[in-house]
Amino acid sequence: MPDANSLYGPLDPAPDAGWEAAPPRMGFFTDTSVCIGCKACEVACKEWNGVPDSGFDLLGMSYDNTGALTANSWRHVAFIEQPRPAGHRTPPFAGDPTGPAAGSPASAAVGAGTATDTGTNPGLPPGRPESAARMSTGPEFLGMPGAQPPGRGAGAESRSDFRWLMMSDVCKHCTHAACLDVCPTGSLFRTEFGTVVVQEDICNGCGYCISACPYGVIDQRKDDGRAWKCTLCYDRLGAGMTPACAQACPTESIQYGPLDELRDRAAQRVATLHERGVPEARLYGHDPTDGVGGDGAFFLLLDEPEVYGLPPDPVVTTRDLPQMWKRAGLAALAMAAATVAAFVGGSS
Amino acid sequence: MAEAHPVGFQWVMEAKKRGAKVFHVDPRFTRTSALADTYLPIRAGTDIALLGGVVRYILDNELDFREYVLAYTNAATIVSEKFADTEDLDGLFSGYNPETGSYDHASWQYEGQEGNTTVRGTGKERDSASGLEHESHGEPVPAQTRRDETLRHPRCVYQILKRHFARYTPEMVARVCGIPEEKFLELARAWTENSGRERTGALVYSVGWTQHSVGVQYIRTGSIIQTLLGNMGRPGGGILALRGHASIQGSTDIPTLFNLLPGYLPMPHHADHPTFDKWVDSIRHPGQKGFWGNSRAFAASLLKAYWGDAATPENDFGYGWLPRMTGDHGTYQQVLNMIDGKVKGYFLLGQNPAVGSAHGRAQRLGMANLDWLVVRDLFLIESATFWKNSPEIATGEIVPEECRTEVFFLPAASHVEKEGTFTQTQRMLQWREKAVNPPGDARSELWFFYHLGRVLREKLAASTKPRDRALLDLAWDYPTHGAHAEPSAEAVLREINGFDVATGRPLNAFAEAKDDGSTAIGCWIYTGVYADGVNQAARRKSRHEQDWVAAEWGWAWPANRRTLYNRASADPEGRPWSERKKYVWWDPDAGEWTGYDVPDFEKTKPPSYRPPEDASGPAALAGDDPFVMQGDGKAWLYAPSGVLDGPMPTHYEPAESPMRNPLYGQQANPTRKIYEHPINRINPSPPEPHSEVFPYVFTVSRLTEHHTAGGMSRTVPRLAELQPEMFVEVSPELAAEVGLAHLGWAHLISGRAVIEARVLVTDRLTPLRVDGRIIHQVWLPYHFGSEGLVTGDSANDLFGITLDPNVLIQESKVGTCDIRSGRRPTGPALLDLVGDYQRRAGMPPDRKVPIVTTDVLGGENAAGSTDEQTPEAAARDGEDHA
Amino acid sequence: MGLKTFIQGWPVYRQLTGTDPLGRGAAAQSARSAELTARTETADGVARSVCPYCAVGCGQRVFHKDGRVTQIEGDPDSPISRGRLCPKGSASKSLVTSPLRQTKVRYRRPYATEWEDLDLDVALDMIADRILAARDETWEDVDDEGRPLNRTLGISSLGGATLDNEENYLIKKLFTAMGALQIENQARI
Repeated sequence: MPDANSLYGPLDPAPDAGWEAAPPRMGFFTDTSVCIGCKACEVACKEWNGVPDSGFDLLGMSYDNTGALTANSWRHVAFIEQPRPAGHRTPPFAGDPTGPAAGSPASAAVGAGTATDTGTNPGLPPGRPESAARMSTGPEFLGMPGAQPPGRGAGAESRSDFRWLMMSDVCKHCTHAACLDVCPTGSLFRTEFGTVVVQEDICNGCGYCISACPYGVIDQRKDDGRAWKCTLCYDRLGAGMTPACAQACPTESIQYGPLDELRDRAAQRVATLHERGVPEARLYGHDPTDGVGGDGAFFLLLDEPEVYGLPPDPVVTTRDLPQMWKRAGLAALAMAAATVAAFVGGSS
Repeated sequence: MAEAHPVGFQWVMEAKKRGAKVFHVDPRFTRTSALADTYLPIRAGTDIALLGGVVRYILDNELDFREYVLAYTNAATIVSEKFADTEDLDGLFSGYNPETGSYDHASWQYEGQEGNTTVRGTGKERDSASGLEHESHGEPVPAQTRRDETLRHPRCVYQILKRHFARYTPEMVARVCGIPEEKFLELARAWTENSGRERTGALVYSVGWTQHSVGVQYIRTGSIIQTLLGNMGRPGGGILALRGHASIQGSTDIPTLFNLLPGYLPMPHHADHPTFDKWVDSIRHPGQKGFWGNSRAFAASLLKAYWGDAATPENDFGYGWLPRMTGDHGTYQQVLNMIDGKVKGYFLLGQNPAVGSAHGRAQRLGMANLDWLVVRDLFLIESATFWKNSPEIATGEIVPEECRTEVFFLPAASHVEKEGTFTQTQRMLQWREKAVNPPGDARSELWFFYHLGRVLREKLAASTKPRDRALLDLAWDYPTHGAHAEPSAEAVLREINGFDVATGRPLNAFAEAKDDGSTAIGCWIYTGVYADGVNQAARRKSRHEQDWVAAEWGWAWPANRRTLYNRASADPEGRPWSERKKYVWWDPDAGEWTGYDVPDFEKTKPPSYRPPEDASGPAALAGDDPFVMQGDGKAWLYAPSGVLDGPMPTHYEPAESPMRNPLYGQQANPTRKIYEHPINRINPSPPEPHSEVFPYVFTVSRLTEHHTAGGMSRTVPRLAELQPEMFVEVSPELAAEVGLAHLGWAHLISGRAVIEARVLVTDRLTPLRVDGRIIHQVWLPYHFGSEGLVTGDSANDLFGITLDPNVLIQESKVGTCDIRSGRRPTGPALLDLVGDYQRRAGMPPDRKVPIVTTDVLGGENAAGSTDEQTPEAAARDGEDHA
Repeated sequence: MGLKTFIQGWPVYRQLTGTDPLGRGAAAQSARSAELTARTETADGVARSVCPYCAVGCGQRVFHKDGRVTQIEGDPDSPISRGRLCPKGSASKSLVTSPLRQTKVRYRRPYATEWEDLDLDVALDMIADRILAARDETWEDVDDEGRPLNRTLGISSLGGATLDNEENYLIKKLFTAMGALQIENQARI
């Protein structure tokens, strides 16, 4: 029988899920410090997996028009425009006549003020006072894609400091995957590589997995009702190939390999960045003792997880399931045994 | 680079990993800026001021790589005393002719050579874009020049350069470019610190430099810096042009360009090249050093490849059949001629000028005034459907029932449905294998043009007209295969490579070219791509199985050389400058040049070789003359000829600018190509009045998610969904000034057009403080048009047509506009809005653009500098003419 | 399938008797999942190609089956790209297999408001006729001083930067022989 630990805490998930002589656990290390936001991962994923388009909508979230991980977007590149110093030695807009930091409601008025000595003088009327005034009182200045969590960025004096963060998000392939644990059909399963895959021939679209995911990754496709997400290219892995996104990634921001190796590499990368004056570099999802037992797809981030839209401290939603099972389990097993008996009997 | 060439950018990231420092200069903060160590926002169109500042910084602080500069450049060469600089002439060089708007180069020559130049007025050179053919030529200069190795002579190139750039101080850089001094100095320090025996720096540019009315000089300034710092011909150095189409380098080498024949041989000019001999001599410049000395063999072999048996020494290999240039026959002149009804038929081959060329409206109106148009493409692009779906339909300027243009749309084969070579941006040819057959009627261009030629020749078979001989005698027998009779691309590549006429043996090197008709070569610089009868471009030896130069992957011209002028990677004695930077060197024991790459030098010519005085051609190159295509074997810090707008780069304002030139009275490039045509109205710039009607600077470029005019990306859902709508990026400050809301609509107005776009307010755009004013810049992607899965107005519609004089490339990286909140008007009201701006800005249809804006020439030539009118008077004038 | 095999294939049986009592891994693997193979493994062939978008020249491997392209991905052997592709290069399969691609000749008669069909050979013949007519109508033998011109300015062409060298070579050769001078491509733009 499984011990309680298999639903929480450090674990090698493939052997735990019954794979004998399983290959090493495979995963992704996404190093956002070298991501150039090209979205090759999004496209390569869709090309390989035949994922439909996710709509032709300008979202205005910087260059992110994908919006989120969905049934039709298994990789999602987030773009965060931020008034913070980056790895640049010189702030990008130092010395430029910029107004207050983005997100500050007062910046509109300053912007309007610049009109007195812009190219419009003499000539066309400068900024429209009424619109400037309207914007300067509004709760959100111009709807800017600041993407900061509430409270961040308001303190900056000017926006001379600026950085543009990019991160390719993906299913985390948790060590303790609640989606899998709650799946009533066995559609979601743990592969021999330790990854978590929805089997499209089994999924009946019940949707339990969707609310179970602590990251909000898994999603139902509207037209067929089934759940879809990153498979870590299960078919390619079987052929000894690299997942499509990692294969395409021009700058090796997405690295694929045995999780142990990736974790070592990631630790080294963080150390290097710290040496080079990027103290904000930190890992996310790498820790086997975290709330999901560590992720099969983990990240190097340059800011708090919330900035990227990631939960700061995800916990497997089935953490307390063993206690519940102790009550329900026996009954279920008895019923299953009865079913087997009936089946065998009926066929002979 | 990360934005438009992401996979190439991996090598920048590799360099960064090894400690390289990356600077990015761009009007807008891009995905490249996000990864760069330092980003410098710049006012569009001012790069020469920035780079000139770096040149001054190098010279003032004597930070040049002196050994390299002395040995390998023309720094020591003495220039004619007749030369006068922009410093003396308020922004003009000596020899300017205001009548033709061009220079006589005589006074720019080296001392003692003033009479040697064959070129007097250069207006003609401008019209034939001969700057482009000099891309690899080198211009006529004598093999031996007078030099002062101490670099102290007041007229040596080094001192002239120093005086010329003396004004490009950090304060001036800030005034012109809007780049704060400290940031400029950070760039200048880092660049110069990475110079010398142990270190190099690389420079990468793209059409952000070429698409200007002074574009060639931008690149010249970069070359001067890289040469002064000893970064040319060395590993980790150089200047890399990142080109934007799969084979745009190939289509320049084997040019589908009006002024060139394959291998940068010039298309003959009716007056200058009456005979084969005159034509050849104009290329090889008898008496000059370098490999162009063999051009007679290259020229004869090309004509032999064209006309086969009919090309004989007796008939000058059919030279007489070549069409002759009489002036400017470039694409923009053609379009204006279409509007004027002078062109009957037009082929568009994988190109979408309705969206991709400057002044989209002129492009579409031109197409609407043809007899016939043939469009060959994968998709029904805007240029194929202009007669039913273009902005001019809405305005009533094109009425389908009244548009006579007959349109043939022929579906094209894609890159996986045919075989052949692309030449990528580093001159490397890579052969593509065919995967599948093209669908339906889709065919390759190879098929189309081969069979078109076949049909034309069949139709003319009985003709006795002299004009048809060139077609009937054309060597046009290519083997075909398959159900569609597809011509053999390998057979064509063999012809491009060249072969011995008698035996058919493919040539191994262009040194085998003969001028007696015994060799035929389609493009001499590509000779060797079929060396030993093997398709060298098809080589695919894995990078894991060879060294870092990877010489066995594909084939690079010339002679599979990966870095040009690599003799310069060794010191004058032929030793590597340093162990770290060794690349090609002289092996005294073996008595030959050796190294990682194919040496760009005669293999056994020792560093100590000195030519006899009467030598010319390759034999005149000394053992320490690395720049083997140049007439004097040296890299040019100063170009005595060959660059039509000056021997040294000078900052001029863009043709449309909100600013007076802070450096000189001369506002814009005095030699730029201007088309005064009613459709091509250029917004006024200072010192003309009314520039304030178009107060904002706009620039356009690419997004990672799209490709050029969108024909290959707006049609693909995977890409279309990533950037689904036309937008304009504005700073928060400008948004507030104009009243733009994030994700709201704005429209932009120029003297040509009005377009609309969704607004992205972003911190990535910044106002700049320039010459005491604040200048706002906006950025637009130019990918959108009216066809495809995602549509939008075309940014290129905003541009007028003003060209660089050297290469006739248009200024489409900077212009002026106004921006307003809300959507643009539709229908005739749209024309009214543009007309209203034209009236306010004083832009009548017959407006003369003032070229000379300094009174240094005196008298009436100082047009524009003193005739400021009151705005009211000019507005009245405008109304009278509109 | 024998009964024993059938039962052994049944997930609950495997769950109860195998190493995966919770039924989350080996026991839950479906028949489809067990038989899943990468389609690159079952392709009829792979063509070594080059990306058609920008000029970096990234290597592509084009997998095809039954005359259809089934996958295009980066060529790891390439010293230029090391197997990587940008979003455009990664979308190459969608580009070449796009249902929006035109595969039939389209013809717009003068003053017409709609496209018509046209046979490819007929189109080729009509274009040849029009070239010859335009050429005759606008031919220039000599200039004012009797110097040869040998040309027509009545025909223009734009394009080539997306085409193969071999194609550009034939285009330039044919146009030059017919006296058509106004041949241009993106390199001018």
